[in-house]
Amino acid sequence: MAWMAWTTPTAIFFLVIASLLVIFTILAIKFPETPRRGVLGIDTTRGDRLFITLLGSAFINLAWLGLVGAELQPYALIVCLVYAVAVFRFV
Amino acid sequence: MEKTVNQKAWFLVLPVLVLVAFSAVIPLMTVVNYSVQDSFGQNNFFWAGLIWFEELLNSERMWDALGRQLAFSAIILAIEVPLGIFVALNMPKKGFWASVCLVLMSLPLLIPWNVVGTIWQVFARVDIGLLGYTLDKIGVDYNYTQDFFAAWATIIVMDVWHWTSLVALLAYAGLQSIPNAYYQAAKIDQASRWAVFRYIEFPKMLGVLMIAILLRFMDSFMIYTEPFVVTGGGPGNATTLLSIDLVKMALGQFDLGNAAAFSIMYFLVILAISWVFYTVMTNLDKRDAG
Repeated sequence: MAWMAWTTPTAIFFLVIASLLVIFTILAIKFPETPRRGVLGIDTTRGDRLFITLLGSAFINLAWLGLVGAELQPYALIVCLVYAVAVFRFV
Repeated sequence: MEKTVNQKAWFLVLPVLVLVAFSAVIPLMTVVNYSVQDSFGQNNFFWAGLIWFEELLNSERMWDALGRQLAFSAIILAIEVPLGIFVALNMPKKGFWASVCLVLMSLPLLIPWNVVGTIWQVFARVDIGLLGYTLDKIGVDYNYTQDFFAAWATIIVMDVWHWTSLVALLAYAGLQSIPNAYYQAAKIDQASRWAVFRYIEFPKMLGVLMIAILLRFMDSFMIYTEPFVVTGGGPGNATTLLSIDLVKMALGQFDLGNAAAFSIMYFLVILAISWVFYTVMTNLDKRDAG
């Protein structure tokens, strides 16, 4: 795999996303759900909320990087976590 | 009682998933991988962290290109959607002329992007092009290779020329699906032409119209060939849209890390806006069904 120049951080990044997808797939099969309507006024399933969380987190990270700077980047993940909880609770 | 969602059928798309992984997902992952590294050629990569993202977020060049891109998409949508609806409303509903109109409408859609670019490149030239020459002769100061306004006008008119018929055809399909009973009811109520449009035609068209807007937005947001052939991004950087800038960066300067970071941000913006459109669309469908 050396010719593709993979690095450990990118590997971890994709492993986290892949395992999230696997977990949510298993959850969707084991515990079927009905879509629910939250603050956005749209029907969402767990998977939809995961998508909103991941996409939003990407923007949160970029905004943090642009406004705060790279040194404090890990703290952006805290914001993402709060955002994720909010999405899963209210959307 | 609401039905529960059963996701098991997704396993049936597994073969496609493998193919897509090979041809799209893994290449996309490679882009993410490059975005955190630097290369000096010969496939030697060095860890660079978030440098490229930071650089881009603080780069005027990227924000300018994004601004131009958003302006371009907004302008062509603002022209093509109303114009497409207008054309669809005035097309014959059936008979020989309806077929003639449909064929005429689909003609521009069949022309490849680079050919459209070449057609307009020549058509708008002041020395040999019909449009440029005529405009020049009647005293309009028009030169798309030097004038900012002329360059923008040219690529916008070109896009309108190429793609309005897509909106028109989709709107027309929406109109054709409206049962005659609606129009008869409107006639009995002595509804005005505007009321018929506002309360019958427009709501019934909304579904396909959203598809048209989504398609046109995505296409225009990713547009490369046509403006590149006509203006090459010039004069100066006046028509350097996002993808033109990206290609310059990735292939012209071979800044792989920078270009990869650029691609990811580009992708995220498209993903976010497409998701909004998609959500609105599916909710409209549900409202219509329910």
